[in-house]
Amino acid sequence: MPATPNAVLSSLADPTRRAIFERLCRDGELTVRALTDRAGVSQPAVSKHLRVLKLASLVRGRREGRETRYSARPQGLAPLIDWMARYGAFWRDRFDRLETLLRRMDQ
Amino acid sequence: MTKFADATATRSIVVERVMHHTPEKVWRALTQGPLIEEWLMKNDFRPVVGHKFNFRAEPMPQWNGVVDCEVLIVEPNKRLSYSWNASGDEAANGLKTIVTWTLTPADGGTHIRMEQSGFRPEDERFFQGANYGWQKMVAGLERVTAGLE
Repeated sequence: MPATPNAVLSSLADPTRRAIFERLCRDGELTVRALTDRAGVSQPAVSKHLRVLKLASLVRGRREGRETRYSARPQGLAPLIDWMARYGAFWRDRFDRLETLLRRMDQ
Repeated sequence: MTKFADATATRSIVVERVMHHTPEKVWRALTQGPLIEEWLMKNDFRPVVGHKFNFRAEPMPQWNGVVDCEVLIVEPNKRLSYSWNASGDEAANGLKTIVTWTLTPADGGTHIRMEQSGFRPEDERFFQGANYGWQKMVAGLERVTAGLE
């Protein structure tokens, strides 16, 4: 099931979840235990965050023996690429520039 | 604030902000070519319904830097709308959207709302490419998501 931009955005709006996702992007495959060591929250909380990230297709889990190893799916960000990089960010930047111009203009 | 709204087949991007300037002044910045260039892009815009014009930026990979536009609505100090379409080789299958500016007097200034509507599902694919690195996306996420619910 393809995730919508909203699902991706809301799952990354949480700072702890975003930190987990960024860590998986940076460090590759990790277990819940390894993630918990540095997340600053409990292991059940990390597991819950991972479930949300999985639903948004940003993270996948792979069983290995008794443990699941999690890795980032950066391609899960694809639904956002157009919206944010291309236009959302574009217009926000232009609003900033418009405001700067208005400050310089005469009444 | 940036919102991602779902319509039936197409989607919109909405950006809204209150700026502490009069609607008349904001209108000038939105409709006078040299002023538009200062904050948006080079252009040959005129506030006349039916006027066809271009926005021009530096060409980039996957984008020739040109936007084909036509003025659709001119209601001074209130509402401005123009089409915002891909140009040249990209015109046939590229973006076909409409940008609408709505100005509303607000406490001590103007509420400015920009809606770009008409994005189709296939437009997402159109702009997906290696040049929009996901690492950069993550770096920009905090700023964008800070404005969301």
